[in-house]
Amino acid sequence: MYIIDRRLNPGGKSLANRQRFLRRAKAQIQRAVRQTAGDRDITDLERGGEVTIPADGVREPSFRRSGEGGVNDHILPGNKRFIEGDTVDRPPRGGGGSSAGGDSGEGEDDFRFALTRDEFLDLFLDDLELPDLAKRRVATVETQGMRRAGYTVTGSPVNLALLRSMRNALSRRIAMRRPKPEELLRLQEEIERLEKHEGPSEQLTALHQELEQLKVRTKRFPYIDPLDLRYRRFEPVSRPVAQAVMFCLMDVSGSMTEHMKDLAKRFYMLLYIFLTRRYKHVEIVFIRHTHEAKEVDEETFFNSPETGGTVVSSALREMQRIVEERYSPDSWNIYAAQASDGDNSPNDGSTSASLLRNVILPVCQYYAYLEVGSDSDRMQTGFINHKTSLWQTYETLQEQGANLAMRKVNHRREIYPVFRELFRRRDAEAGARVP
Amino acid sequence: MSVMERDHLLFQGADWDFGTIQRIHDAVEAIGVGELGLDVYPNQIEVITAEQMLDAYASIGMPLFYKHWSFGKRFALHESSYRQGLMGLAYEIVINSNPCISYIMEENSATMQTLVIAHAAFGHNHFFKNNYLFRDWTDADGILDYLEFAKGYITRCEERYGHAAVERVLDAAHALMSHGVHRYPRKKRPDLRSEERREKERHLHLEQTFNDLWRTVPTKGAAAKPQLSDERRRALLELPQENLLYFLEKSAPRLQPWQREILRIVRQIAQYFYPQRQTKVMNEGCATYCHYRIMTRLHETGQISDGSFLEFLQSHTNVTRQPEYDDPHYGGINPYALGFGMMQDIERICIKPTAEDREWFPEIAGSGDAMAVLRDVWANYRDESFISQYLSPHLMRQWRMFYLVDDPDQPELRIEAIHDERGYRRLRRSLSRHYDVGWSDPDIQVIDVDLAGDRRLILHHHVLNRTLLHKDDAQRVLQMVANLWGYAVVLKEVEPSTGAIFQEHVAHPHETLF
Repeated sequence: MYIIDRRLNPGGKSLANRQRFLRRAKAQIQRAVRQTAGDRDITDLERGGEVTIPADGVREPSFRRSGEGGVNDHILPGNKRFIEGDTVDRPPRGGGGSSAGGDSGEGEDDFRFALTRDEFLDLFLDDLELPDLAKRRVATVETQGMRRAGYTVTGSPVNLALLRSMRNALSRRIAMRRPKPEELLRLQEEIERLEKHEGPSEQLTALHQELEQLKVRTKRFPYIDPLDLRYRRFEPVSRPVAQAVMFCLMDVSGSMTEHMKDLAKRFYMLLYIFLTRRYKHVEIVFIRHTHEAKEVDEETFFNSPETGGTVVSSALREMQRIVEERYSPDSWNIYAAQASDGDNSPNDGSTSASLLRNVILPVCQYYAYLEVGSDSDRMQTGFINHKTSLWQTYETLQEQGANLAMRKVNHRREIYPVFRELFRRRDAEAGARVP
Repeated sequence: MSVMERDHLLFQGADWDFGTIQRIHDAVEAIGVGELGLDVYPNQIEVITAEQMLDAYASIGMPLFYKHWSFGKRFALHESSYRQGLMGLAYEIVINSNPCISYIMEENSATMQTLVIAHAAFGHNHFFKNNYLFRDWTDADGILDYLEFAKGYITRCEERYGHAAVERVLDAAHALMSHGVHRYPRKKRPDLRSEERREKERHLHLEQTFNDLWRTVPTKGAAAKPQLSDERRRALLELPQENLLYFLEKSAPRLQPWQREILRIVRQIAQYFYPQRQTKVMNEGCATYCHYRIMTRLHETGQISDGSFLEFLQSHTNVTRQPEYDDPHYGGINPYALGFGMMQDIERICIKPTAEDREWFPEIAGSGDAMAVLRDVWANYRDESFISQYLSPHLMRQWRMFYLVDDPDQPELRIEAIHDERGYRRLRRSLSRHYDVGWSDPDIQVIDVDLAGDRRLILHHHVLNRTLLHKDDAQRVLQMVANLWGYAVVLKEVEPSTGAIFQEHVAHPHETLF
């Protein structure tokens, strides 16, 4: 008898099967993931979890009898009152009763299972992307890199290709018949032996001569020669770089209610998850503003409270400063997402508009503006479409043809659809635009 | 408990280590082989985690298996219901192989490990080694090597022809799995070890005999073909044929060699599992009876404590519980309960027969050696024959069985027989028929195909009790058959006695599939 401890064997033997399954049911799972995501808390989103998909897409059909029609018979245990020939009312369909058809196998109902966090997010973010990331990549953004390109006979010592050099040396030594050290040694020993035992003789002289010759030859053909040396060669190549930076501008002024801040934070968290998971080289800059703007770190951006008046242009200026300082528009794809309740101090409107039109938008690939409203907004406004001052400003810009996307959300459940809309993949459009 | 007694105990408390397992195995072996006369393959006991148990569940309990999405689906299903606590995991999985592999879970207590070893490593093991179905149909020596080959082969196919193409063939083959077995024994014992070699030989032969020149030889017109008679044509194709996978593998005109090999792999595996489907009651009955005897004996000889024995009894009664038909938990007849009940009943008949038993079972009643009778039963019967032979009136009364018929033409359900003198035989006959796979699987056969003509494949479903096939599923499976066959396929649902056709399904192949 053998006892084998398999517990330490790697688990997850079904991983490959699971991937095949996910691939098979991808469309349905994706739909389910989107639906679930709508009802979820943002922190839950990071956790993966259960989804339910209709069983139909992953059905495994086989030839089997249908449950209906024809004569069915059953042997049942637990008779209490029947005798042969009794009749019983047929139990209502689907009701319990004798429920003899209880073994109908896998049900036709929905198929429920759990996704891991990675699977969930991958499916959730699958067809989102930063718009127009390709544009500059093709155009100019390039860095210089080095690439191995064979060997060369000159170079700096650090690049010496040792193996190749020694191989060359070896082949040269063989080709030139350079005497081997063992050969010399053997000859010397022979000479010593002869000298000891027999004294000078003709043979000894001959051996001495031979040894001399070999020594000369050894000297003439060195063990390693500058001729043998090879160096690794590198050549410069230019690599296109898809560098991108996302500016997150959030209004944290007093006019933003808790509800609005919550919406904005959710939006940015989603954006943050999306960027960090989908892109390797995306930098994120967080700017929050009241009447003055400040660049902050992630922690502060999402968590620390602040109040004050509202001057949107301050955030735009801050962004402009950072762009000039760190992110040259020649080599960076620049994106910005702004969230605000739409209030702006009255005298700032034109300043903001001109800043956007002349400075920000020209360097931006894409500018998304998210307006957060209060929960009850829609009911109050009714027919009169109340537009905030910022919305009006931006609308004017948009009408002039600026590359600006604007959306408004009032409720938590609208965040996901709006987010998807702002960052959905635009393959078709892109194709159409290229002449 | 005296000091002496404590020394005899195999273990104390719930904890165990590998020394304990070894001691348990040896003690169980002493009783199982020594006293019960079990004949088993060498045992290989593997300790696994819950995670690995879930993995094993997904691949039908086998330690290695090829990859397919349906296993992933099963895994996802089990995993989520396990994590929610809706489902407990089995205590063990046992594989019909030589050596016989039993997986035991690390969470089990020492008592449970004893139970599991007695149940799987001796009960099931004995059954696998001795039952005629397993001996005739499965090759316990070769199965693991064959699965290894199958896994490798399918992986290579995926690399070569792409996931999607392989998946389509596997989907189709899986759908036909229940109709991919030979039901009647062949002359030859199965030999899975040579399968891999044979596949290579087939391949090599193809390569060696390939000669491009044949392509250039001008052919005569198609006119010269002799007309075969219908009889002869069918005989050449071995028709009618109920093994659909076999027929497609051998005769489908448009399949690539690798596609045929995949059909063959699925067919071999279906054949390997075929005996398990036919012996559920017996197999579990045998294992449950063995563990019950062994555990009782261990307790009698003071090798397990009273506490452990109670723990065992609790789990044993859970397993062999049979709710009555009007109980909300009723879900059909529990094979553990029926099997165990019948085995115990046979023991009773052998040792303490009543007059009734002497009349019903003259050849075993009062024979005194229950184990000899049971070993013979385990070796030579399957569920259907076992029940029709050994279900005793005593047990039918004890279970208070009755026979209910649901005829859609009648307004009410009718009790056809109960556990009385007039009903015993009818009860027994109909119960045994429920365990006949030949009766419970729809009978579908390839009837005819005109290979020289339009190549339309004709299948018949011989309808039983006027129960037709599930329409939606039948159409889907037929579509897969058509894809494999490469030409149109017709499935007729026929009443065998009159030849009347209830329904006809037709499927045409998707040209793009293969």
